Amino acid sequence: MNTVAASWRNLWRDWRAGELRILAAALVVAVASVSSVGFFTDRTQQALREQANELLAADLVVLSGSGIDEAWRDNARAHGLATARSMTFPSVVRLADRPQLAEVKAVEDGYPLRGQLRIAEEAFGVETVTRAIPAPGTVWLDARMLQMLGVRVGDAIHLGAAQLRVAAVLAYEPDRGGDLFSIAPRVLLNYADLPATQLTRAGSRLTHRLLVAGDKLQLERFRAWLMPRLKPGERLQDIREGRPELRSALDRAGQFLGLTALVSVLLAGVAVATSARRYSARHLDSVAVLRCLGASQATVVKLFMFEMLWLGLLASLVGCALGYAAQAGLAYLLSGLVVTALPAPTVWPVVAGVVTGLVTLLGFALAPLLRLKDVPPLRVLRRDLGALPPRGALPYAAACAALGALMWWQAGDNTLALYVMAGTLGGLVLLGGMAYALVRSLNVLRQRVGVAWRYGLANIARRAQGSVVQVTAFGLGIMVLLLLSLVRADLLRGWQNSLPPDAPNQFVINIQPDELAPLRAFFSERDRPAPVLYSVVRGRLATINGRPADPDEFANPRAKRLLEHEFNLSWSAAPQADNRIVAGRWWSVGDHGGAWLSIEKGLAETLALKLGDELGFLLGGSELRATVMSLRSVEWDSFRPNFFVLAPPGLLDEYPATYMTSFFLPKDDRTLLGALAQRFQSVTLLDVDALMTQVRRIVDRVVLAVEYVFLFSLLAGLVVLYAAIQATQDERLYESAMLRTLGAGRRQVQTGLIAEFVTLGLLAGLLASLTASVLGYVLAEQVLHIAYRFNIWLWVAGILGGALGIGLAGTLATRFVLEHPPWRVLREI
Amino acid sequence: MADASIPPIVQVQALGKQVVSPEGPLTILADINLSIAAGEAVAIVGASGSGKSTLLGLMAGLDTPSSGRVILNGIDLTTLDEDGRARLRAELVGFVFQSFQLLPALTALENVMLPLELAGHPEPRAAAREVLARVGLSARLGHYPNRMSGGEQQRVAIARAYATRPKLLFADEPTGNIDTATGERIIELLFSLNREQSSTLALVTHDEGLARHCARRFTLEAGRLKNAT
Ligand SMILES: Nc1ncnc2c1ncn2[C@@H]1O[C@H](COP(=O)(O)OP(=O)(O)OP(=O)(O)O)[C@@H](O)[C@H]1O
Ligand SMILES: [Mg+2]
Repeated sequence: MNTVAASWRNLWRDWRAGELRILAAALVVAVASVSSVGFFTDRTQQALREQANELLAADLVVLSGSGIDEAWRDNARAHGLATARSMTFPSVVRLADRPQLAEVKAVEDGYPLRGQLRIAEEAFGVETVTRAIPAPGTVWLDARMLQMLGVRVGDAIHLGAAQLRVAAVLAYEPDRGGDLFSIAPRVLLNYADLPATQLTRAGSRLTHRLLVAGDKLQLERFRAWLMPRLKPGERLQDIREGRPELRSALDRAGQFLGLTALVSVLLAGVAVATSARRYSARHLDSVAVLRCLGASQATVVKLFMFEMLWLGLLASLVGCALGYAAQAGLAYLLSGLVVTALPAPTVWPVVAGVVTGLVTLLGFALAPLLRLKDVPPLRVLRRDLGALPPRGALPYAAACAALGALMWWQAGDNTLALYVMAGTLGGLVLLGGMAYALVRSLNVLRQRVGVAWRYGLANIARRAQGSVVQVTAFGLGIMVLLLLSLVRADLLRGWQNSLPPDAPNQFVINIQPDELAPLRAFFSERDRPAPVLYSVVRGRLATINGRPADPDEFANPRAKRLLEHEFNLSWSAAPQADNRIVAGRWWSVGDHGGAWLSIEKGLAETLALKLGDELGFLLGGSELRATVMSLRSVEWDSFRPNFFVLAPPGLLDEYPATYMTSFFLPKDDRTLLGALAQRFQSVTLLDVDALMTQVRRIVDRVVLAVEYVFLFSLLAGLVVLYAAIQATQDERLYESAMLRTLGAGRRQVQTGLIAEFVTLGLLAGLLASLTASVLGYVLAEQVLHIAYRFNIWLWVAGILGGALGIGLAGTLATRFVLEHPPWRVLREI
Repeated sequence: MADASIPPIVQVQALGKQVVSPEGPLTILADINLSIAAGEAVAIVGASGSGKSTLLGLMAGLDTPSSGRVILNGIDLTTLDEDGRARLRAELVGFVFQSFQLLPALTALENVMLPLELAGHPEPRAAAREVLARVGLSARLGHYPNRMSGGEQQRVAIARAYATRPKLLFADEPTGNIDTATGERIIELLFSLNREQSSTLALVTHDEGLARHCARRFTLEAGRLKNAT
């Protein structure tokens, strides 16, 4: 027998008979959810790869905090490479007295070496590609800057001590990257104008870049020459690590969304298992006849496996198509994170989608289907035979293995995968346990309700296992939606209220020592409280207990980053009000001037530092060694200046320091800011309010994307409901026929069904509201340290939404019970 | 009467079947000995619960005995595993049941094609059409079982049983679910096909009329062979 062809025919037959629709729908939802995320991450990753050179505006970039050595340029030129310098720093641009924080970038002729600048005559006007850079005396501003300042092309602005004319609107700049981390709008000017601005004094937050481009081999030679000559604080960047922060942010977003999508896979798996069980139960007779007619067990297995394989492939492809459509929505929601127009996807997301579909099918449907091979052929003579042997652990093991494999794949990280698996298992056991308790508690109610309701409640209790699965599935879906909407809003509000209304919202950094007295005077002249000034000494962590602190020895990317950059060290006689000593002790007066340090707890964890460790910091050429005396916890969201590394008074006195402070500025008191920027031209102002707004916008978008992916799990929840209804279809038909022959009216049967599903939804909503409140409470108390306020709407929305939604869906799905005339049902059975 | 020169196609030797029930071991069949010669038609009769179906199932290799042996066409079934018995069924045996046992998802034609395909027949469709024509159902090839009357369904089942030209045909109360008049026609069909294909027929029945059609008759009583003619 040609089992492959026969399995195709069987697929069509079973499909026409409606046997496989739920199973297919479940797979489609699972694959669509996973592949929508897959398509999105695939396209963004490709975009990043394609634009990697462009994102650097060069093939190789040398970065330095102190300056570009002339010898580097000479050597690059000697290798026949093109070069251009650029310098970036945050500063304030002013028009009259209106200040605006900007990311200033000065460039030399030849910039960009890769990619092209595009400019326009007016904001959002027609863009033209240019090879030029701003002429001396002019600047190009981006559209955001133009709008914020309210200037037009042709107007003059102030940057530091210089007055510059706006010559064009900067529409596109290759090495700008996504706008995820660039908070401030852009000002582009000519390198030649830098001295006139007087903004580049030592100690300012300057980043010098030497862009290099040219022949690959020569580039390698140049790199080999340069590498040993780089000093601390200087590094190379090439396409391999082009914009690592953007890439890792997107990778993490992809990882997270991918895991989110697995919630729908889990639910879909439950639906697949449910309908596969019904499917195999309905095929007992057919298999018995097949076996009786001489089909071997292997033939039976092959027949069904191939049929499932075709179904899996077809459903997965449909799922991928749907996923592709859905991905467009995701790309739209996350458009702030993505650079430009996205390239077409590769086939990988399709492969991934099909693999997900097949793994889900295999994991959840294989066990019930394999049981078919054990159907005894004698069943043709004795119908009662073929109650299959008990199921044992195989189905659960297979499902867990399938889901575990998918999680591990999506997480792409063993530890994360383990956490997610453990969390999922624990969460499911907990939810399932609560659902079980709720279902059991219905028995108490049953004594007190009328006949129709009793019938509905009895149905839930009788199919306890299925009911628990459904309550858990829906509970999970509703809970996530509640968390993302109501709980999130509550927590955000609570957190904002917990901040004192006069929490600092402006930071002033890069204050030079000779500006301290004028700054204090500036504040007292305006009847403002004297600013608390903190000294800052910048230095790189060079040694830990005498051994060089090598970034490559740390696997943790955060640790690597910390070691590659300079720390801000400060000193203090007393700890900040919000600091708490968690280990060791704070220094006493006798320790002042001693070689001690106090380290922030999180930093110590990241770098594996403990009390008594000796740290060596490179501070302006010389190394300072000091011993860790205490570990501190810090409340970063207090918005007061806080430091990872603190020294006792006296220790840092001989090192070059700048100063910083923070203060509260009433919402629209911009004149003070303007005057400050005017008076102290080289200090840097950080507008925390603007920063927070920006961060919040990004978080909002990400949350929206997560909610979007969770819509699939709601869909999957519906498929679970339909699978459960289908699994009980014959029973329901028979019961309703019996009820009606016994004299029940259509009305009563209908009421019973409504009662059943409304109650199921009620239980799911209850479960969801309960868990969402508990999670909200834990987040508030443990993570955000704010008081949690009980929100009645959470319960109203959860319970009402569950009861109405599931009540409606379930009642609609069981209409068939009423549409079948009872005599026909009883005859067919 | 069994011709001593031709070896019997079915030999049952000291066959016994016990099952474990909640009330302890239960003997369904004990010490059955019989043989059926090729080309014979025999009836197995007895009261309800006397073990007729059990015996049929054992003879056809659908079930395994607790003791004794069944030898089909010279092959001892106890030496075969389940797949070996399945192969033997595909080659040698056809079945007709009281409850028809047609696959509801397949049309009449497809139901008849099934054993042909399982046996690797080169032209299953043509062969199936031919037998269905023989049982008078040429007009209903594309119909599904649930749209047919009981008699029609049983004719499809008979066509399916004879499609592979089996040497042996087992029937368990083939007329049990059909009215008397239709039953008569079914019986005629069964026996005439049996003659045409010179196959061997073993049928279980309550029906005296049907039993009379058979040359020999085995009577079971509480799991023991009482009487063989
Ligand atoms: N696997 C089994 N487990 C328990 N009891 C069994 C089993 N198989 C058969 N029996 C019992 O053995 C007895 C004989 O069953 P069998 O089906 O062979 O009877 P039968 O003669 O075909 O009856 P009927 O005419 O009603 O079809 C019955 O009492 C039946 O319940
Ligand atoms: Mg019987």
